[in-house]
Amino acid sequence: RKIIFEKQWFYLDNAIGHTYGTTFEVTSGGNLQPKQEVEETTAETKEAGTDNRNIVDDGKSQKLTHDDIKALKDKGIKGQEIVQQLIENSTTFRDKTEFAQDKYIKKKKKKYEAVITIVKPSTRILSTMYYAREPGKINHLRYDTLAQMLTLGNIRAGNKMIVMETCAGLVLGAVMERMGGYGSIIQMYPGGGPVRAATSCFGFPKLFFDNLHEFPLSKVDSLLSGTFSTETLPSEPEDNALAEESNGLTEEKQISLQETEEESTTETAMEINQTEEQDTMDINAEDVELKENKEKQNKDNVREKQRKQWERRKKLIETAALLREKNADGLIVASKFHPTPLLLALLEFVAPSRPFVVYCQYKEPLLECYTKLRERGGVINLKLSETWLRNYQVLPDRSHPKLTMSGGGGYLLSGITVVLDKGKSDSSNLEGLKMEEPSSKRCKVQDLHC
Amino acid sequence: MSFVEYGDIIKDGDTAIVFLGHDSMFPVKVQHGSVTQTKYGVIRHSTDLIGKKYGSKVTCSKGGWVFILHPTPELWTMNLPHRTQILYSTDISIITMMLELKPGSIVCESGTGSGSLSHALIRTVAPTGHLYTVEFHQQRAEKAREEFREHGVEHLVTVTNQDVCKNGFGVSNIADAVFLDIPSPWEAIGHAKSALKAEGGRICSFSPCIEQVQRTCLAMEEYGFTEINTLEILLRVYNVRTISLQIPDLGKAAEDNSSTVFDSSNPSNQGSLCTNLQQGTVQFKSGVPLREMVGHTGYLTFATKS
Repeated sequence: RKIIFEKQWFYLDNAIGHTYGTTFEVTSGGNLQPKQEVEETTAETKEAGTDNRNIVDDGKSQKLTHDDIKALKDKGIKGQEIVQQLIENSTTFRDKTEFAQDKYIKKKKKKYEAVITIVKPSTRILSTMYYAREPGKINHLRYDTLAQMLTLGNIRAGNKMIVMETCAGLVLGAVMERMGGYGSIIQMYPGGGPVRAATSCFGFPKLFFDNLHEFPLSKVDSLLSGTFSTETLPSEPEDNALAEESNGLTEEKQISLQETEEESTTETAMEINQTEEQDTMDINAEDVELKENKEKQNKDNVREKQRKQWERRKKLIETAALLREKNADGLIVASKFHPTPLLLALLEFVAPSRPFVVYCQYKEPLLECYTKLRERGGVINLKLSETWLRNYQVLPDRSHPKLTMSGGGGYLLSGITVVLDKGKSDSSNLEGLKMEEPSSKRCKVQDLHC
Repeated sequence: MSFVEYGDIIKDGDTAIVFLGHDSMFPVKVQHGSVTQTKYGVIRHSTDLIGKKYGSKVTCSKGGWVFILHPTPELWTMNLPHRTQILYSTDISIITMMLELKPGSIVCESGTGSGSLSHALIRTVAPTGHLYTVEFHQQRAEKAREEFREHGVEHLVTVTNQDVCKNGFGVSNIADAVFLDIPSPWEAIGHAKSALKAEGGRICSFSPCIEQVQRTCLAMEEYGFTEINTLEILLRVYNVRTISLQIPDLGKAAEDNSSTVFDSSNPSNQGSLCTNLQQGTVQFKSGVPLREMVGHTGYLTFATKS
């Protein structure tokens, strides 16, 4: 299959059988496997200037023209050699300082020596990639913020977690990785079905999906009030299906639109997934198969659909039962929706003395959520926080911070559930009073901790 | 209870966290017949704690109350007895993710110190992974062993009392990840490499000073580590407060004044603003930084062996 990455196109066939972390060089179409480490061309004339007082920017320092370079490229000459040519034809190169020479070479290498490293998918890789490439799809959840969520939420094997996310399934995948297939996860989803485009990039074994459940957000209210019945929603499509049987093909289209909303979302999810794959350079042949299956399915008979409907309903009943126990070990929320109503409702399903974490791209909704949770009671140790991440360039005599990333990583509200008092308003008042302790005292407490 | 598994009921021998109020809590070892003093009065373990649910409110002798919480590595980090400077949850989070730790991972750590990171690592690699931790200070190593036993995680960790820079981790070619928090990490990079699996793994070194980072990076490069990346993570905590700001008196007529302020401030931010006309103030909710200064804990240098 042909894949495009960073203005290059290639086939992945040659990459099979190599270990993760292997570096490849792109030739015209296929992949070539060069050595792990190319010997640095240190045979450079170690001639360098000390400062740039005599370097004039006249735009004529490079003696090769644009067309010359293109000609070199078209001849299929190795990138390494092009870089060498560029250096030799630069009149100012020798006058540059050693550091500037280094920088010049690095810049040119980046442009002409296209190398690709294939790595194994992980939360680290995928969350970094999503934040860099598709921040909008994951509500600008930066990777260090995601890391905080996993820790604050005490995510680990054996938990029964509730996850509500609209981050393309990235948060779900991160939770699944940390749970390693032990315990269970209930994903609450809005609309027709859960989006798991990013989740499928992880390449989890099938076993991990055995205890992954999903439950529609729109049924939460009825589940809480006890009016939830499985007859209400999923029976409807069945009627349609019956009608379809008699009416034939024209209806079929309609149905596949109305009824299999879920399927269509997963289908688009998979399309997204395929573009993502190109980024991570990780193929998952199964997905292609699945898609082909879907196409066939369109022609498939209605019975199949009915069976699926029935199965889905069975799963829904199971999930509802899991939620009804109200003993979840934690709650993770990271969505595009307002967090307050989500939290107030979903916390009902969480056992006491368990952590919860809410992500929001903006601070203000979390301020409101904080206040509402205080009023509700049943939570302690509420904390509104944000992390800043700073990357460094570490080179001999050239170490400094690279860039500051602030603000854009989003905010977290975390806390711990406790047994909800019967005299609710009373306790929340007390708790509220406690919180209003003067900040000076708070600082003292913190100083003591340090 | 265990640090790697939730339990519902408080039992004899458990470590529980007594929560007095925000940021004020301490760990307690639950024992029959034992008592704990708090500023709200006495807690009698046999009657007040054992058999109760985690997350319950416990009334103390003076009528005050506290919450009893299930221990987690994060709560432990906030409350553990310090034997050394410790790593806090902010750094621990990014370390765990960047080292790609998950159930089943084999991790090497040095030094053990107060065991703050160790508990978090054990939590993440349980139930099938293992932590090999090396501490050259004998007393600290002993104390750490004792804590792991008390916390029901001793089967997931091996504490070795030796100098990691001289003798390494005592294991070879089995680790998925290595973490170093020692004064001279560059002297242990070779040992770290041999502890990692032949097919590769991740390494992280924590150092407060940039000079240490410099030498560590050079050592990592020398030993063929790739993807060398240094970062720093800072936590900002906000206090949620209702702030009221006074409206200045510009000498306008009373009605005029109030209406203009109302109009200019409201359209953008309808919910959170509220004008108190009588007192001439505007109220709003704000997240106020806890401290003015963000501290520095240390630089984290990550790299890959492949």
